[in-house]
Amino acid sequence: MKKFIGLILVIILGFFLYKGAVTLSQQTRNPGLNNYYNQNAVSDTGVANIVTSIVLTYRGFDTLGEVTVLFLAALGVGVLAFFKKNKKIKESSFIIKTGYKILFPAILLYGIYIFVHGHLTPGGGFQGGAIIASAFLLQLIIGEYKMSSAWAALFEGFSGLVFILLGGAGLLWLGTFLGNKGLLPLGTVKMLFSAGIIPIIYVFIGIKVGFEMTGILNNLNKE
Amino acid sequence: MIILIYALVVLALLAGLSVLFLDVFSAIIATGFVSLMVSILFLILKAPDVAIAEVSIGAALTIGILLIAKARADKYLKK
Repeated sequence: MKKFIGLILVIILGFFLYKGAVTLSQQTRNPGLNNYYNQNAVSDTGVANIVTSIVLTYRGFDTLGEVTVLFLAALGVGVLAFFKKNKKIKESSFIIKTGYKILFPAILLYGIYIFVHGHLTPGGGFQGGAIIASAFLLQLIIGEYKMSSAWAALFEGFSGLVFILLGGAGLLWLGTFLGNKGLLPLGTVKMLFSAGIIPIIYVFIGIKVGFEMTGILNNLNKE
Repeated sequence: MIILIYALVVLALLAGLSVLFLDVFSAIIATGFVSLMVSILFLILKAPDVAIAEVSIGAALTIGILLIAKARADKYLKK
């Protein structure tokens, strides 16, 4: 009986969510900001992927908040783990040990490709970092721990520091956090070396997020 | 339009299955499949950045954390 009432409540909630989503996607009351982004984003920043230009240039301060929240989460998990050795979960089979030798550099290369081309193709720093962390998760499943926690924390802290220094340089030079106009030339759209300082920022965000997630998985495995 | 309806039906089926499985291991794998179907839905609705983020975090890292937690809990309960 309780499960039946629960099912009816879930259906009512689903109906209201659907109605809200349809209303939000059809509203055209004040399209000024949408039209500004559609027309001026490529010429302002030189980035072919408009989502990247919004995340790093127009709303750069929110990206600082997101990086801070990720760092706090990794720090919280790191405080809970004690300094024991990593434990093996189970002895793994021959197939996955051999497949790991081919898969690990391929996954790592794919993750690096996604955040280096963050300003040209969909993706960016956070997505590429999560893919790098899943390559290190494969290492954890097998039982070969080649990435020690101290080195991962060192890379993560260093990349976070460089990201904040780049944002601060934008603040000093232009008055906006992660400002883009004066520091490096904009170049032509759709080339790899274009869009000022945005690819460099995404490289450091990608390294930071990758080693952060690796640190979280290592710390969870240690207890 | 027909692909959207098909993806929604498969998503509803998989979500129902992930609740109804009795074995914890099968429920975790079904959660990974739900995350994968949500990512395909994002791609149908033309948001590729969100789709890449969902498939890399929801279907790889979350499942990894859940499996590590299940292994530790099993070892603790057996003792």
